[in-house]
Amino acid sequence: MAATSDSLAAAAPHAEEWRPARGRTGMACLIGMECFFFGTFIVAFLFYVGKDTTGPTGKTCLSIGPVVVWSICLISSSFTVVAAVKALAKARKAAFEFWLGLTLLLGGAFIYGTVMEWRGLMLEHELFISTNLFGSTYYSLVGFHAFHVVLGLTVLGLLWTLSKFGHLGPEDTERVELVSWYWHFVDVVWIFVFTSVYLIGTGILS
Amino acid sequence: MSTLTTRPAEVGAAVGGEPLATRLHRWAVTVDHKRLGIMYVLSGLVFFLVGGIEASIMRAQLARPANDLVSPEVFNQLFTMHGTTMVFLVGMPILLGMGNYLVPLMIGARDMAFPRLNAFGFWLFLFGGLLLYFSYIGAQGLYGTAVAPDVGWFAYAPLTDRTFSRGNSTDYWILGIMVSGFGSIATGLNLVVTILSMRCRGMTLMRMPLLAWMMLIVGLLVLAALGPLTAAQVMLLFDRNLGAHFFDPQEGGSAVLWQHFFWFFGHPEVYILVLPAFGFVSEIIPTFSRKVIFGYPLMVAATVAIGFISLSVWAHHMFAVGMGPALNAFFSAMTFMIAVPTGIKIFNWIGTMWGGRIRFASPMLFATGFVAMFVIGGLTGIMLAMVPFDWQVSDSYFVVGHFHYVLFGGTVFAIFGALHYWYPKAVGRMLDETVAKWSFWLLFAGFNLTFFPMHISGMLGMPRRIYTFQPDRGLELWNVLSSSGVVLQAAGVILIVWNLLRSARKGAVAGNDPWDAWTLEWATTSPPPEHNFDVAPTVGSRRPLWDLKHPEDPDGRYE
Repeated sequence: MAATSDSLAAAAPHAEEWRPARGRTGMACLIGMECFFFGTFIVAFLFYVGKDTTGPTGKTCLSIGPVVVWSICLISSSFTVVAAVKALAKARKAAFEFWLGLTLLLGGAFIYGTVMEWRGLMLEHELFISTNLFGSTYYSLVGFHAFHVVLGLTVLGLLWTLSKFGHLGPEDTERVELVSWYWHFVDVVWIFVFTSVYLIGTGILS
Repeated sequence: MSTLTTRPAEVGAAVGGEPLATRLHRWAVTVDHKRLGIMYVLSGLVFFLVGGIEASIMRAQLARPANDLVSPEVFNQLFTMHGTTMVFLVGMPILLGMGNYLVPLMIGARDMAFPRLNAFGFWLFLFGGLLLYFSYIGAQGLYGTAVAPDVGWFAYAPLTDRTFSRGNSTDYWILGIMVSGFGSIATGLNLVVTILSMRCRGMTLMRMPLLAWMMLIVGLLVLAALGPLTAAQVMLLFDRNLGAHFFDPQEGGSAVLWQHFFWFFGHPEVYILVLPAFGFVSEIIPTFSRKVIFGYPLMVAATVAIGFISLSVWAHHMFAVGMGPALNAFFSAMTFMIAVPTGIKIFNWIGTMWGGRIRFASPMLFATGFVAMFVIGGLTGIMLAMVPFDWQVSDSYFVVGHFHYVLFGGTVFAIFGALHYWYPKAVGRMLDETVAKWSFWLLFAGFNLTFFPMHISGMLGMPRRIYTFQPDRGLELWNVLSSSGVVLQAAGVILIVWNLLRSARKGAVAGNDPWDAWTLEWATTSPPPEHNFDVAPTVGSRRPLWDLKHPEDPDGRYE
């Protein structure tokens, strides 16, 4: 009954109260869920380190040199995406597109690094997902991370295109910032993947 | 004229002359949380009937020793599909669906935070369920085509390995659950965001109805539990289809790791299934005791505590695996610990009823039935938390009895209580009270007749999941009792379904607030308009409708 809700509205005057924004809460929830998802793959990887009965393992076929370079690319892209968000907030379109473009390049470089590493593992070491435990855990963990990087790149690329066609302005800052949260998450997960696969899995840390 | 004003316009419109296709189309494209909630509950109830039929066939097979009504192969499919259906296609969708319907109304919001995501989640659940059931037509297994999954609802490795589960029926299990799991993640996320971000003015966290609190924790648990389940299912899918070795002991993989992953999902899942039930009961008992809930802050604290502790009790499902004394002791202690906040809730419900003016209307019958049955299930749970006792009865009918007291006597009774309580709100008409009472007592008697003897047959040594048993082992009596209870339960369920269907057209018109309740959903019409409230409400206490009805003595000054 309308009368009831009318009197409810009048029941007690209140100042506007703070509520967390929908988008931010939603993205935080998504990231939390993804942490548990990746955590499971990391646990599986660490659980099986050193338990292989046959075949190439992290100790024998992973080289840490190139991956450090590609990791620096990915981690730096977290800073460039922050610069992009700040530029958008100040309505500096050219700077926004520059920093976003740089983010795309750095993320793309990381994916190139993953492709080259997988190519080497498959062609030179004949390591496949079915070869042994290392193959199963390595390809699924690194592969799911790379898949998330590609998802992030797709959305960032979409934002870049929208901006080029003039459909993105400072009023969209919060949306772009949410994408940048996701991008930071992908970077932070990589720190854990890197530690597990390239430091613990190779025996550098043990 | 006076009858027209008391009768909500929506009832007339729903019955009105639109062609069926138009009305169905409107349901198919809806993003309204109320319509989605109703669709969740209806599809969940259909799956409930299917899962119930599966259970009835199993009980018929076990009614007498050395029976050959169904073959062992069919029996394996029956218990797998029964468990999977009841957990993933009945419990989760009905509970999340009722949260979907009720939470925005209770916190004074117009809709869920992300209405399109909400619709997406529902359709993922429904098609995930249909995909699982398509295995009955399309899947291939060890024994030919058209076979459902037969690996049990927790699908232990290495039974799920390609070597032992040929064909693709196990893949149907993985993919069906995974797809509906994505739907649950979407809905869980939506609930959390809705509760945190969409509350009306004055609705502080500590003024929220307890159901909203429980749904908040449930949403968070869904996010924490479904991620690992999806990850583990991906690994299993890789094992089966790409030749990976995650759970393959022959290549050094660990079958026990699957158990850890599955139960890391599986135990929070138990609380995902029971916390909303706690929420329903925490709304029903105060209304029908004419008192405020006893110890609201403690109820909230207990809910949060259950949320946290439920993430570290999972391996009490694995005492018989041989984890060693340290892990056994840890998970045993954590399981004892989670009984404390759960016990607090029981005392608070009893404290609410204590000295109240109790009306035993049908929702209250189901709610008190819930409290009694859940206490029994909780107590046998504490027994099972003792490692040496668990070793004796693990994987026996004692365990089957235990978790049916929790999930049927607990969750399902609370769901039926909630259906009887909120049906007038959603449909605009009252359920027939006499039929409702008959269905409760039939269900209550049948439930106890079926599941109480299982504790005894389990302690006598009857293993769960066995398709038959030998005569002269002292098991005949307990099994025939269990099976005969099914008849009463079926009668109860049929009465409920008949009541739900018939009352939609013939029930007495409900009005806005048939139970003289206090939470916001009763402030709007029954059924509510698409926008829920004509004016965004403002609340000043935990019982806004009490304040409205008793302006001389508002609640706020006592909270």
